[in-house]
Amino acid sequence: MNNQSNESHATLHDADRVKENLRKRRAEEARFKWLGRAAIGLALSFLVVLFISIFSKGIPGFFQYYVTLEVFLDAERIDPEGDAGVNSLYAGDAKGVINDAVFEILKPEGRKAKKSARKIVSKGAEKRLRNMILNDPSLLGKTIEVQFALDDDIDSFLRGFIDRNTPESDRRIDDTMISFVDTLNEMGIVSYRLSDYLFFGSASRNAEMAGIRGAFVGSIITLAICLSIAFPLGVATAVYLEEFAQKTRFTEFIEININNLAAVPSVVFGILGLAIFINLFGIPRSIPLVGGIVLALMTLPTIIISSRAAISAVPPSIKDAALSLGASKHQAVFHHVIPLALPGMLTGTIIGMAQALGETAPLLMIGMVAFIVDIPGGITDPATVLPVQIFMWADFSERMFIYKTSAAIVVLLAFLITMNIGAIWLRKKLERRW
Amino acid sequence: MPQFWLLASLSIISLIYGYVGYMRSARISTSIRLNSRSTYHASFVALCAFLPAFMLVIVVAIADGVFIRNAIAEYYPLELTASDEFNEILAFSQVRNFVNGVIFTETEQWVKDAGAAWLSWDAQIRNVSSVVIICLSFISGFLALHKISADFTSRSYVERIITWFLRICSLIAILTTIGIVFSVIFESFRFFSLIPVSEFLFGLTWNPQFEGAERAGSGQMGLATYGSIPLFFGTLLISVIALSVAVPVGLLSAIYLSEYATHRTRSIVKPLLEILAGIPTVVYGFFAALTVAPFVRSLGMDLGLDVASESALAAGLVMGIMIIPFVSSLSDDVINAVPQSLRDASLALGSTKSESVKQVVLPAALSGIVASVLLAVSRAVGETMIVVMAAGLAANLSLNPLDAVTTVTSQIVTILVGDQEFESAKTLSAFALALTLIIITLLLNFSALKIVKKYREHYE
Repeated sequence: MNNQSNESHATLHDADRVKENLRKRRAEEARFKWLGRAAIGLALSFLVVLFISIFSKGIPGFFQYYVTLEVFLDAERIDPEGDAGVNSLYAGDAKGVINDAVFEILKPEGRKAKKSARKIVSKGAEKRLRNMILNDPSLLGKTIEVQFALDDDIDSFLRGFIDRNTPESDRRIDDTMISFVDTLNEMGIVSYRLSDYLFFGSASRNAEMAGIRGAFVGSIITLAICLSIAFPLGVATAVYLEEFAQKTRFTEFIEININNLAAVPSVVFGILGLAIFINLFGIPRSIPLVGGIVLALMTLPTIIISSRAAISAVPPSIKDAALSLGASKHQAVFHHVIPLALPGMLTGTIIGMAQALGETAPLLMIGMVAFIVDIPGGITDPATVLPVQIFMWADFSERMFIYKTSAAIVVLLAFLITMNIGAIWLRKKLERRW
Repeated sequence: MPQFWLLASLSIISLIYGYVGYMRSARISTSIRLNSRSTYHASFVALCAFLPAFMLVIVVAIADGVFIRNAIAEYYPLELTASDEFNEILAFSQVRNFVNGVIFTETEQWVKDAGAAWLSWDAQIRNVSSVVIICLSFISGFLALHKISADFTSRSYVERIITWFLRICSLIAILTTIGIVFSVIFESFRFFSLIPVSEFLFGLTWNPQFEGAERAGSGQMGLATYGSIPLFFGTLLISVIALSVAVPVGLLSAIYLSEYATHRTRSIVKPLLEILAGIPTVVYGFFAALTVAPFVRSLGMDLGLDVASESALAAGLVMGIMIIPFVSSLSDDVINAVPQSLRDASLALGSTKSESVKQVVLPAALSGIVASVLLAVSRAVGETMIVVMAAGLAANLSLNPLDAVTTVTSQIVTILVGDQEFESAKTLSAFALALTLIIITLLLNFSALKIVKKYREHYE
């Protein structure tokens, strides 16, 4: 009897201990689970912060301030030779005409005030006026309303980044300019609208005139070269290794090489381009041809690895069926295996191209970082690409460049997202389960 | 673009031959059964018309460069070749610039003579070789056309050519590797002939300068020194910061996603995490320089700490965010590869889920996780844009994350962007840095693959 009660006492004690222990273990379990959730939350919040920080500056970067001026297009001043040709227009005084239009409204007194008034409109205004006349010479002699971009300092002031209460010597625009801007604002001729310079302008040191068109065209040319080299080479290599190569030491060596190339830092490919293509072969710097080749070599491993995966995912029964009906090995591979593996290969290629589109470091090495104003027209014209343009703009300290850089990033991200969604869509649409 | 027109006409010739071959074999096949189908005969003829001529184009393109270079050498004036400072590359590029119309200064008479000779040879070679190549194409196509007959096995020939083509394509991977190795090794050797290896590997100050600046006395601190220890310390520091963000966050996310999350959550969260890997590094660099670095600095100021405006901490944090998905998706794969029976056994013995994860699944997946961390390290070491934009160029030997440091990759970029004098130790030092960078990343990659392989053998 006594013995028994002792035993039950012990069990009770043990049960408590077990309960206590269980409670601790369950708490530990819950803690661990929350830790996992917190990690994911942290990673996703990084993503959100990144996107907010880019988009909050990028979206305003698509817009800029313009002023609408009534300009009298004095034929004699603008077009002294009277043929409305390029030379005549450049010899003419388009700048003076615009300045007069500004003076007309602001009525500045004295040389200093006039100097300030001239600085309000962007330096690109005269070029815009010349282009308008080149397109339509009948405008000469008329008075027309034209929208000109405001200077980037004025733009920053209107966005509220230059405080009018700071001492005059500490800000980039003086009191006269502020009073002029106020006058323009009161007249209601200042407007905030989608920036045409951003999309159609080229590289420029003036923030309000800078645009991404040149870099965008450069990106497309470079990517086209990259694709036309990397896709055939990658697919051919994958087909050879997966379907035709015997398992020899040599093919193993090729495979090791491909895996190594996938791990080599991208900047090293830039050094390869610099040392081999530019120094050894003497191909000029800064051209999309070299950029495309370097990016192709860089994306090749990605394409080969994903193409091999796509080929090996095609069931062997398909090939066996073709072979048993009398097809040669080549016919079985080219008529049956490759068409079925193509969606997977294309997906890998799109992902590789997205990688190439966002790549910067190797292109810096081969000189695609030059300041290029002209829109590139071919594979041997000096060009730059979007990511490099972003890199260059990020170095400029003007407020407006921060906005334009962010806007360029938004454009770049939009393209990358489109490409990736395209890859996912392609995979979903064409993927087959065997 | 003369080569372009040559290739275009070659393609047209071979297409015409292909068409003729197709018609011919189709005509024969009406009366007698052919060994191969007409398309194979057609491709055989077209390839025969194209390939030999195409190879000749390549041979000529390579040979004429070598020939002209040797021929130009005769034009170098005696007093130039006799002097100690004679540099063949320099003299040759002088002539090349003249030929390409790039003229900076007054050209000497011998350069003009050599350039004129170059142009006339070039025209001669081009004319003669074009005629020969076109003729070759016609002849080889014609011969192939006459081989078409009932028992000619054109299919096997065509297939053999295609196999060779595929084989050559697969060699590109090896050629690229060779190219990388050679482009780095030669310049590195030249660098090490100027600067002793021991100074490069163990020197404590990194202060590269162009010889010109040094001679003129405008160098910042006198003599140029090439001790790479500060760069490797900087790389190490930033990588450690990056990994201390990426490894815990990535690993815990992977564990949660593979062990706890529902299928639905997993299918949403995993692609979202992978977006982080798809964002271009230049965007991260911009984010680091513009948002994170000022934030870190002002936070440090509030705490009374002295933070450099381009601190290692900011660059490291952002790099850590970038490599989270590398750690998480690779760890996810290895955790998923742990056999379910191990989990079941541990749960059946009464352990909670977290206990079975910590005591059974993670030890089983450990080697794979280590491999994924090694791959993340190799990413961090090779990452360029973030450090170029956010970490600065001050080669401080410091382990304080609030200091400004510089890394191997950002030095390579800074040295090699823009025009270089290829004779100077400063330019060459970038190649030596690249060599060490390649060796480090390849070692990391190799050991990671070794570990993964070992692990696979363990379970399969």
